[in-house]
Amino acid sequence: MAAIPPITDAPSQAAPSLPLEAFSEADLLAQAQAGDHRAFAQLYSLHKKRIYSLCMRMVGNAAEAEDMTQEAFLQLHRKISTFRGESAFSTWLHRLAINVVLMQLRKKGLSLISMDEAMEPDPKGNSGRGFGARDTTLAGSIDRLALERAVGNLPAGYRLVFVLHDIEGYEHHEIASMLDCSVGNSKSQLHKARLSLREALHSLPRQEARP
Amino acid sequence: MTEEANPVTCHEFQAQLPEMIGSGESLAAHAHLLHCALCRTLLADLETIAEAARLIFPIVEPPDNLWKQIESAIKKEKAAIEPDEGKE
Ligand SMILES: [Zn+2]
Repeated sequence: MAAIPPITDAPSQAAPSLPLEAFSEADLLAQAQAGDHRAFAQLYSLHKKRIYSLCMRMVGNAAEAEDMTQEAFLQLHRKISTFRGESAFSTWLHRLAINVVLMQLRKKGLSLISMDEAMEPDPKGNSGRGFGARDTTLAGSIDRLALERAVGNLPAGYRLVFVLHDIEGYEHHEIASMLDCSVGNSKSQLHKARLSLREALHSLPRQEARP
Repeated sequence: MTEEANPVTCHEFQAQLPEMIGSGESLAAHAHLLHCALCRTLLADLETIAEAARLIFPIVEPPDNLWKQIESAIKKEKAAIEPDEGKE
């Protein structure tokens, strides 16, 4: 078996330039499945950004995201031999990481579905106009950092559904099975998350319109 | 029962929104939106937020020392279990 090139610790700014000329991901995968530690390290290098970013979005802070990323790759190490290639490896790993995060959050006693109904429209309070009635739009004025912060401040249940649907691109039926809730529940959590973000973004002090 | 005879209120319209949006229904021609600027604004904002979410969330690099931690956790685990390759 040919030696795998050593793992280079590329500077974080650089574009991914891993020494993979000789090895496709499928080769690395096969070698890692056979217990090759350096191949596993290569797989980590290939996927660490995507998995860490996913964890960051789901839990909202760096320290926890590191723990979750570590746990995800530990799980990967335990389970890699069970990967049979029914889906793309990256898809499989992504799902595995999501499950790890959800399991950790459940362990912490966090309810993954926010039962908080505080945002339900109050039929008495606003005479049928709906809540958060606003006549200006956000269009063109969403600031990246403001949105990131607002997502970080969402209740955990709203944030999970928002991240999984709007950022990671999962469908409601997939989210429902991940979170063990109904499809309708997933839809309504997403809606509440977006409404809550809208409120947060509207309540920011308006900046001067930028060119 | 037509929309004119019995128009839905903003409250009723908004109560149906999660389901209508979630099932990918096209809302542009919904009777309520034709005469309600507030709900049009609401809908436009929700779309803006969803679109922004797809575009702006950055991919971030984990700290360099994370691999060391994972590696040592793997070693610990290996030491705990007997390193026999028993696969079921
Ligand atoms: Zn309305």
